[in-house]
Amino acid sequence: MTQNSKITNGSRTEKEAVSRRDFLKIALKTAGTIVALEVGGVALSYFQPRAGSGGFGGVITVGLVDDFPLNSVTPITQGRFYLSRLGDGGFLAIYQRCTHLGCTVPWDQAKQKFVCPCHSAEYDDTGEMLSPPAPRSLDLFAITIEDNHVLVDTSQPLTRDHYDSSQVVYA
Amino acid sequence: MEQEQSQQTPLVDFGNRIKQAFFPTQEADDDRGRMRTVLNSLILHLHPTKVVKRSLSLTYTWGLGGLSALLVVILAFTGILLTKYYTPSPDQAYYDIINLQSNVVFGELIRNVHHWSANLMIITTVLHLLRVFFTGAYRLPRAFNWVLGIIMLVLVLGANFTGYLLPWDQLAFWAITVATSVVSYIPIIGPEMSRMLLGGPEVGTATLLNFYSLHIGVIPIAMVILMSFHFWRVRKDGGITVARKVNEDIVEKPEKLTTLPNLVNKEVAFGLVWIAILLAFSMLVPAPLEEIANPMISPNPAKAAWYFLGLQELILHFHPIFGAVLIPGTALVLLVFLPFYDFSTQNEGIYFRSKRGRWLTGIAVLSSLILTPLWIVLDEYFLNWSNWLPDWPSIITTGVIPVAFILLGIVTLSEVIHWIFEINTEERVMFLVTFFFTALIVLTLTGIFFRGPGMALYLPWNMPVVTGH
Ligand code: HEM
Ligand code: FES
Repeated sequence: MTQNSKITNGSRTEKEAVSRRDFLKIALKTAGTIVALEVGGVALSYFQPRAGSGGFGGVITVGLVDDFPLNSVTPITQGRFYLSRLGDGGFLAIYQRCTHLGCTVPWDQAKQKFVCPCHSAEYDDTGEMLSPPAPRSLDLFAITIEDNHVLVDTSQPLTRDHYDSSQVVYA
Repeated sequence: MEQEQSQQTPLVDFGNRIKQAFFPTQEADDDRGRMRTVLNSLILHLHPTKVVKRSLSLTYTWGLGGLSALLVVILAFTGILLTKYYTPSPDQAYYDIINLQSNVVFGELIRNVHHWSANLMIITTVLHLLRVFFTGAYRLPRAFNWVLGIIMLVLVLGANFTGYLLPWDQLAFWAITVATSVVSYIPIIGPEMSRMLLGGPEVGTATLLNFYSLHIGVIPIAMVILMSFHFWRVRKDGGITVARKVNEDIVEKPEKLTTLPNLVNKEVAFGLVWIAILLAFSMLVPAPLEEIANPMISPNPAKAAWYFLGLQELILHFHPIFGAVLIPGTALVLLVFLPFYDFSTQNEGIYFRSKRGRWLTGIAVLSSLILTPLWIVLDEYFLNWSNWLPDWPSIITTGVIPVAFILLGIVTLSEVIHWIFEINTEERVMFLVTFFFTALIVLTLTGIFFRGPGMALYLPWNMPVVTGH
């Protein structure tokens, strides 16, 4: 900077730290950066998913508690989940999407497991992962039981690392 | 100025004036005239007026860059025709393709040409990259063009990837589901990126529209800009590298010939032959179309497109952060920086650098052909770190540990080769790149031919037949 101001002549003094040219350069670069950030920000918000395409649906009434036998796994197609009823009568609504890379996991009745056709991750009837490559257990949907009816809220999958008994909902 | 007295009728004169507007240069019958024709023509002036005689040899470039450019033109042409019968909506897309194939005259042929040209383009750009690499044609001043080339390769893959979804069949739906899930493993920005690509939580209407606009708008425009840039750089860098034999000195003033007709005639013949091959192939082999996309049923096995099967094979062996993000990401970054590490232009224009280089390339291919399948089988059946260390997180057992072992093995191999052959930097670079590229081919072939239901390994002749769903 000092060198710069020595070279410049005319009315400018030695004390001047920033020459006119430097000042313009800095100002232009700053303005350019701000514009780039603004455009970037606008673009990012423009490319957000459209409103209303966030979830699959609202609350689904799947049936009466007693429609589901103990130790059963029932696919609920319109909600994209399985309703699993454990041996002790508890319920879990398990999202059908494999936590590895997103394939739909079918329930294998013979093996009593979910076996992913894509890279063969396996999960038990609580959605707990049994073998890699799955990084975590299957996601859940929230269940509420009202007047003996099972209601499942499919708007937002709930992620978890592992199964624990607090996730089970009882009638 | 005195108007020249014309012998022709007014109508012929009128026609001649129009002709002159379009073809200002008279048909040339000497070299100067031909050079002027090249200079004055928009398309021909991508070329210099004279080219080095040696560069004309087909066995140096194999015409791979030119063929890629021809494919871009064919793809643009057939692509525009396809849009006439295609609607980018999940309710329509699949039936539009069916209709195109069964009710539109030449509809199926146009789809096939588009499909096979796109697939061929991946092969030609990768081979072009290899040709540039093995002739050492990527160092300064051409390093910038190398980087441009890699961006174009990514665009070619992107074009294929976005086009893959458009028919909205089972293949399309699940390949895109898997691939966008891979994206969401990228640390920090991944989940958001995947959501933006998909336009929601799953593949759906918004995804199809996003991919359509990328496929027919963003990517082609970027491609045309980059291609123009690429060709301009080839000219600015003094034309392509001059082919040399092993141990031959750089020729100071190589013999040159005029571009017209020596280069142009070759290019036209080459282009016509390839158009004929593509047409014949497309008449014989239809582009695949499976059943309509069904979000409820993943086909078994759910494979990615063939050019991503090498990547998919990595995902089968490693934690996704390693298999899908770190390993391919590092490879791409190293490839970009290669010409700044291996920068000596001494052996430019010589295939495989030197006589010893040819041996090294052979050894690299051979050792990779042995070691990669060996490792696939070992990892599939014998190594099971997540069972041996059950309390460790999977990123360690299926990520850090196997990658560390592989790196150790490769460093050892490279040191052994160094010890035996006393190789220098460029030879080591060539050895390693050849080794990894061969590994990629082996992984891809494994994905195509050896993976069956449940993604288990089968011998191709024992592959269980998967029936429809
Ligand atoms: C869309 C894809 C591409 C097209 C249409 C294209 C086209 C071309 C053409 C026509 C040439 C003239 C020489 C020849 O045909 O070999 C060339 C040269 C070159 N290309 Fe590409 N290319 C593409 C992709 C790539 C890629 C992926 C790379 C590498 C990363 C690359 C790096 C280069 C370099 C360094 C040269 C100069 C070679 C020399 O001087 O010998 N290009 N390209
Ligand atoms: S998507 Fe289920 S195992 Fe990979």
